[in-house]
Amino acid sequence: MATTAATPTTSTAGPPPPDSRRTRLRNLRGKIDVKLSPYLYISPFFILFAIIGLFPLVYTAYVSMHDWHLIGGQGDFVGLANYVDVVQQPRFATALRNTFSIFLLSSIPQVITAIVIAAVLDANLRAKTFWRMGVLLPYVVAPVAAALIFSRLFADQSGMINALLGYIGIDPIRWHSDAFASHIAIASMVNFRWTGYNALIFLAAMQAIPRDLYEAAVIDGASRVRQFFSVTVPLLRPTIIFIVITSTIGGLQIFDEPRMYDQYGLGGADRQWMTVTMFLYELGWGAQKSFGRAAAVAWLLFLIIVAVGLINFTITRRIASSGAAHPKGGAR
Amino acid sequence: MRTSIKPWLTLTAGLAGMALVVSGCGTSSDPAASGSSDGGSSSASDEKITLTITTFNEFGYEDLIKEYEADHPNITIEHTKAATSNEARDKMLTGLAAGSGLTDIEAIEVDWLAELMQYPDKFVDLNSDEVKGRWLDWKAAQATTPDGKLIGYGTDIGPEGVCYRSDLFGAAGLPTDRAEVAKLLEGDWQNYFNVGKDFVAKSDSAWFDSGNAIFQGVVNQMDAAYENPSDGSAKDLATNTQIKDAYEMVLKASVDDGLSAGLSQWSDDWTAAFQNNGFATMLCPGWMLGVIEGNAAGVTGWDIADVFPGGGGNWGGSFLTVPTQSAHPDEAKALAAWLTAPEQQIKAFISKGTFPSQVDALSSEELLGQTNAFFNDAPTGQILADRAAAVTVAPFKGANYFAIHQTVVDAITRVEVDKTDDAASSWDKAVTAFTELGLS
Repeated sequence: MATTAATPTTSTAGPPPPDSRRTRLRNLRGKIDVKLSPYLYISPFFILFAIIGLFPLVYTAYVSMHDWHLIGGQGDFVGLANYVDVVQQPRFATALRNTFSIFLLSSIPQVITAIVIAAVLDANLRAKTFWRMGVLLPYVVAPVAAALIFSRLFADQSGMINALLGYIGIDPIRWHSDAFASHIAIASMVNFRWTGYNALIFLAAMQAIPRDLYEAAVIDGASRVRQFFSVTVPLLRPTIIFIVITSTIGGLQIFDEPRMYDQYGLGGADRQWMTVTMFLYELGWGAQKSFGRAAAVAWLLFLIIVAVGLINFTITRRIASSGAAHPKGGAR
Repeated sequence: MRTSIKPWLTLTAGLAGMALVVSGCGTSSDPAASGSSDGGSSSASDEKITLTITTFNEFGYEDLIKEYEADHPNITIEHTKAATSNEARDKMLTGLAAGSGLTDIEAIEVDWLAELMQYPDKFVDLNSDEVKGRWLDWKAAQATTPDGKLIGYGTDIGPEGVCYRSDLFGAAGLPTDRAEVAKLLEGDWQNYFNVGKDFVAKSDSAWFDSGNAIFQGVVNQMDAAYENPSDGSAKDLATNTQIKDAYEMVLKASVDDGLSAGLSQWSDDWTAAFQNNGFATMLCPGWMLGVIEGNAAGVTGWDIADVFPGGGGNWGGSFLTVPTQSAHPDEAKALAAWLTAPEQQIKAFISKGTFPSQVDALSSEELLGQTNAFFNDAPTGQILADRAAAVTVAPFKGANYFAIHQTVVDAITRVEVDKTDDAASSWDKAVTAFTELGLS
């Protein structure tokens, strides 16, 4: 080892003794290069994140501890008073209820239908690309445009949905007056837009599943349904976790659809479909013009999303891994 | 060595790119560059400048701006139109909060004028001898601060008449001629509701579109609905008997007597109701005529009567302001003064129906001779001028008017449209919402 390392230095370099410092320098540079470069490579993301992600986050926390008026600007330091004020407002509870209701009504059906659609697209279809692009089409529609169209469809008296329900003998549903009905209507907008997108992500993951697993399953006599639940779903685990986390973040921050659901954008007379982000907007830019309270809501929402994200993470991990236990333990 | 340079390059490139984007955002909203041709160093009056102006809905300024540009070759005007007044308000508040991003002239609506009046420092004082006495007194008073600073030049006002469907009136045995209808409806609100009761007994249509529209009409006749004019402090809603009485009167007429179609104004159901005989009358300020014409396209029988329950009433109206952020406050002020001069506002009225707030315009032949074909050739110019003259009350609307009014509007919607509450429980919720505002 020592000899092979020594040979190149003696053979290539002219005057050996003074060169040793340069070699050391070069070695040092090389070491720094190897150790530091990877971090430099990824640093643009983190520097950008620090500027446009971390700084606003911290600054929002700073704002939330002050009296801060939209136009008047910074006021006195008030500690956690804004948080207390916000939590005590009954509308905060209403907003939380609405947000979770809409989130559950949209995310759960969305993930389930997305997997099913992906499974269908994964089968041997004619004009594959056509169908695959087809499911993505709703995603191209701007959320505000989709919301405008849906709010017209869901109009209480003149809407098409109620007219169709009338044909099959169902009384018109009060899509705007009734809280739960309004949540379903808004969730349907979200599902319209996001199901196809999620389906494509699932489809990509499904295609990465080795085909020999299915062949083995077929030899073992597993039906299509059994293959789906025992092979496909367990192997989609990381993807399911990814989708659940992103739809949690998106679902709890929902704003465009409920805001565009009627002409006033306040979430209804009883705030029956006002979400947390709309509440935030109303506090900051609406009647109270209090950035302090709006920032407090932003931080509360952040903490809630982290908490729900963690809960979802553990649940999905458990579901997916308990599904994976079957082929291992039971099959042979 | 090479490899360690690259990430730095990427980084600097990225940062530079971002800096470009950021500065791009900054400058684009800035009153675009002072001197485009002669370097912008001199401040002479013939310097080429660009003025920016933001309006919302329809102000009818398109042709006027071209005219001004033709008269002032050194001035280029960029006109931005926001779709709704709310959108313009959001932009205005954000621009004021940020300290930049507003245009040289910003149009504002009377409903959110008061919340801006709290920050007179953010606006250029527009007082000058040229504009003294140009507007109706109450219009100019709305935009004047206690210490006499004029924040905005009045553009239009919304004097209210009653629009009605003469065909539905005829079918229910009521008079159809606009003069007779005016006589029939002359009186207080109770009279208007009593005629309505006769009407709904003989017709399938409702008497009016929305309880909140009526409530708005009633509130606009109050001297000081929600706040004390002396110091601008909010009256406690729980003990505000004037508002509570109006609230109960409107709900009794709307729900108990069944006079209302139970629609929220501007909702899809409301728009659709114009096409299927949903209601027979509407309180209509000048700017509503265009709205009705649009929504009721193809429907015949609309007309307008020179009358308003409970005396005159005004709903809405706008102003032009010059924020102190403006780089060319003097030129902007001159343009705003020109646009709001009687001659120009008459042209705007003919173009888009915004009724002028200028004293001289109200007596102009051109305005008084104006008729509207959709409303059975009604002399809308004359009628609205009469309606403007009938306005006796200049309601005090303070900084919190908008917020407090919204709590009661929500309460009426809950009872009348959503039917999720009765009048008493909904009022309690309004009082709770008022308390949440933290004003008293």
